[in-house]
Amino acid sequence: MRYLPHNDRDRQAMLKAIGVASIDDLFADVPKAARLSSPLDLPSHKSELEVDRLFRDYARRNIPAAEHAFFVGCGAYRHHIPASVDYIIQRGEFLTAYTPYQPEIAQGTLQYLFEFQTQIANLLGCDVANASLYDGSTACGEAILMARRITRGRKKAILAGGLHAHYGDVVETITQYGDEQVIRLQPLADDPARDLQNLIDSIDEETACVVVQTPDLFGHLHDLGPLAEAAHAKGALLVAVVTEVVSLGAVKSPGEMGADIVVAEGQSIGNGLNFGGPYLGLFATREKYVRQMPGRLAGQTRDADGKRGFVLTLSTREQHIRREKATSNICTNSGLCALAFTVHMTLLGEKGLRQLAMINHKKATQLRAALAGIDGVEVLNQSYFNELCVRLPGRADALVEALAGQKILAGVPASRLYPQRPELANILILAITETVSEADIALLAGALRDYLATPGIKER
Amino acid sequence: MPMNRTGRPSHSGEGTLPAPFESFSGHRGLRHEEPLIFEIGDARHSGVDIEDAGDFQTALGGLERNGSIGLPGLSEPQTVRHFTRLSQKNYGIDSGFFPLGSCTMKHNPRLNEKVARLPGLADIHPLQPQSTVQGALAVMRDLSHWLMTLTGMPAVALNPKAGAHGELCGIMAIRAALEARGDARKIILVPESAHGTNPATAVFCGYQVKAIPAGPDGRVDLEALKKALGPDVAGIMLTNPNTCGLFERDIIKIAEAVHEAGGFFYCDGANFNAIVGRVRPGDLGIDAMHINLHKTFSTPHGGGGPGSGPVVFSEALAPYAPLPYVVETDDGLALHEHHQGADDQSFGRLVAFHGQMGMYVRALAYMLSHGHDGLRQLAEDAVLNANYLLAELSTHITASFTGPCMHEALFDDRFLKDTGISTLDFAKAMIDEGYHPMTMYFPLVVHGAMLIEPTESESKATLDEFIASMRGLAAAAKEAAETGKTERFTAAPHFAPLRRLDETLAARQPLLKWTAPTPSQAAE
Repeated sequence: MRYLPHNDRDRQAMLKAIGVASIDDLFADVPKAARLSSPLDLPSHKSELEVDRLFRDYARRNIPAAEHAFFVGCGAYRHHIPASVDYIIQRGEFLTAYTPYQPEIAQGTLQYLFEFQTQIANLLGCDVANASLYDGSTACGEAILMARRITRGRKKAILAGGLHAHYGDVVETITQYGDEQVIRLQPLADDPARDLQNLIDSIDEETACVVVQTPDLFGHLHDLGPLAEAAHAKGALLVAVVTEVVSLGAVKSPGEMGADIVVAEGQSIGNGLNFGGPYLGLFATREKYVRQMPGRLAGQTRDADGKRGFVLTLSTREQHIRREKATSNICTNSGLCALAFTVHMTLLGEKGLRQLAMINHKKATQLRAALAGIDGVEVLNQSYFNELCVRLPGRADALVEALAGQKILAGVPASRLYPQRPELANILILAITETVSEADIALLAGALRDYLATPGIKER
Repeated sequence: MPMNRTGRPSHSGEGTLPAPFESFSGHRGLRHEEPLIFEIGDARHSGVDIEDAGDFQTALGGLERNGSIGLPGLSEPQTVRHFTRLSQKNYGIDSGFFPLGSCTMKHNPRLNEKVARLPGLADIHPLQPQSTVQGALAVMRDLSHWLMTLTGMPAVALNPKAGAHGELCGIMAIRAALEARGDARKIILVPESAHGTNPATAVFCGYQVKAIPAGPDGRVDLEALKKALGPDVAGIMLTNPNTCGLFERDIIKIAEAVHEAGGFFYCDGANFNAIVGRVRPGDLGIDAMHINLHKTFSTPHGGGGPGSGPVVFSEALAPYAPLPYVVETDDGLALHEHHQGADDQSFGRLVAFHGQMGMYVRALAYMLSHGHDGLRQLAEDAVLNANYLLAELSTHITASFTGPCMHEALFDDRFLKDTGISTLDFAKAMIDEGYHPMTMYFPLVVHGAMLIEPTESESKATLDEFIASMRGLAAAAKEAAETGKTERFTAAPHFAPLRRLDETLAARQPLLKWTAPTPSQAAE
């Protein structure tokens, strides 16, 4: 077996040194009833060539985004990733390192985490950021638990209708056995102003936090100022969620608009689609709440010679020290995904990020114009960044399936996320990034027009 | 001699190679001083070429971001050099022996990296129509099959994102099952030697934690456990092999006792590497167990993630497993993503989308490469290596328990008694020897713990070198105690990119992001 260095002579010599006759003697503590006597019903070992072939076969049964006109978003976005990003994260010193618990030989990891935290805090418009969490949805759950800790005694979290459905589901799941009260407002594809007003109207003295996403699930942008004011007036916190961080190169950050905790999915920068994971949870807040923040933190310090260095810090919040009194049970972060983010963001810089954001937005305006010109398609967005939603005369999922056969992935039907809401059955959510060409837009528009012209389509 | 803020000499004589002179650049040969990107980049520079969008009618709702963001850019060559230099200050498995107990730092095959990057597996969106991702769903199905067969368990939830997330998944399923039968139990039993995430998870799910003491042999005291069981106990969280590196001999009796009392048995599977292919947790009476794909199945640790922590379930807990999961239908594979009907008992969704697909691919490649025979062999080699170290080191370093151990060997600081040298000092001296230190001060059940896990990836030659080095250090510690010259340990490391770092300072005055220096600071 190519990964195992011992030969049988080594094994015999080592058994002899240990003073046992056979390897079975080392497993003597395993109860007899639990010792496997016959091989498991699984294939035996394979060469590198054979395994490579098997995975090419798995891969062949998928249709990658690059082979489509691609308009799928809803919390995961396909951006171009510079080649040097993947080169850096595959360096063995980064790839095969552990959590930097021995800072003297982990300055590489610790320094990039410090750089990452600074980039995130600045991007989200907050005082401090942590060294990442699992993904945006779990970060959102953690934000609600943190708001609960800060606003001692308040149990209610109110989620905007425009919050990504999976995020709302995750929040419900992780709070179901606590005494938190989670209120999910109705998703309104066509009325973002009412969604925000509903949120404001729901805030009361019991409210620990309100949670709002911008751009929201349907692509609408929200001015968080009035919401922050309304929340703070009642002593509640504003938690803002961003699932497309490229937008922050063009749109005001939630921190600037008054959010107290900002969580985001950082996949868009540096990380590929990967069928949903691994992704990168971003988490930032005000300085005064730092000791209530979950997750790892890198901090600056000095070594014995007085030289600047970095360590993991404030770990008294964490479970390996605090055990049952920890702020969260989270242990792992998304280290390598954070590195990919930091490398890509360093390549972009503020200039590149702003350019990237504006190209995305410009493409979206072109997409909007193309869609608005199609009979039967109603575009529902006034404001948007790189994602839009439309109302079709028939079911959106049927359209997506039909166009997939023509090498077009037309977007996400809202029914994929809300199958039990018939009022959303005809809603299609479309994203567009710099990777989509004008020809792709024309292809989509043409196919959509033809599809809608098919007799009987509206009754489906 | 200059002293630092902790009162220790900042330049110790012994063990430090004195630099013959200071270089003009501040670098020392291949060891470069590397500033922060905020000190070398600026907002006008960029390492990407993106066309300017030009003038167009925007639709940003009047929310344009105008002020400076604070994100410096660098050209591509500067970026590559910056991060390459940072990488050279890191120690990874590729660099050398990494005997970090409880973490299973084994070789990360590059084939796994390669296949995870095939466009057909990497460049697919989680919300594409399922008809266009049948291969990805097949990866999930096949990984599930391997995990269920290796553990002898009838169900698996792939989606937890790390070990602690898997614990959460398992305990939530236990709570869901208890609530379904109208049983409001309040207590989870956790042995003293457990990972800190265990009690944190139990509390997160609304349980009180009750500690179970270990017996003198480092294993759960069965009688104490039986006494602690009762109608209010929801279950037990037990690591097996445990964090002392020992197989819980009474595990089947433990399972029977827990079940008899109406509770469930959660097993922390962090140490599955010791028994994969030789023992199936399903045969031990376990109801739920997470498997760290980043340990046993070698997905890279990546400097602290991303991880992946699938959970296998018994028949009793399977109905409560989280969404989504893959099912076979007449039209091929499909994802079961939503509750369907009132009798759907899943406890809900734990993550957006479907979990760590990139990790699933790597872990499955690892399993296919090894096969059932290679996996069994790797467990045997891991246990062999740990016992070899236990036998060869226990002459110099005090072993906490007599062998055999499983895949890791636990030592403590009794051999350092009266030397003035702590476990931490000893660990830092290992850095000067070219090794990553073992896990320190964990588990909590022995004093000054040193938990050494060699894994199956290491050759006998590497282990022999390590043994010689550790014996040398142990002898040097004794000698240092006699002469009073302990700087080799107390001021270690001497040869790392940085000397020992002041963690107290970092915690007392947290500095968590870079800020531009004030003019007076800049003038310093």
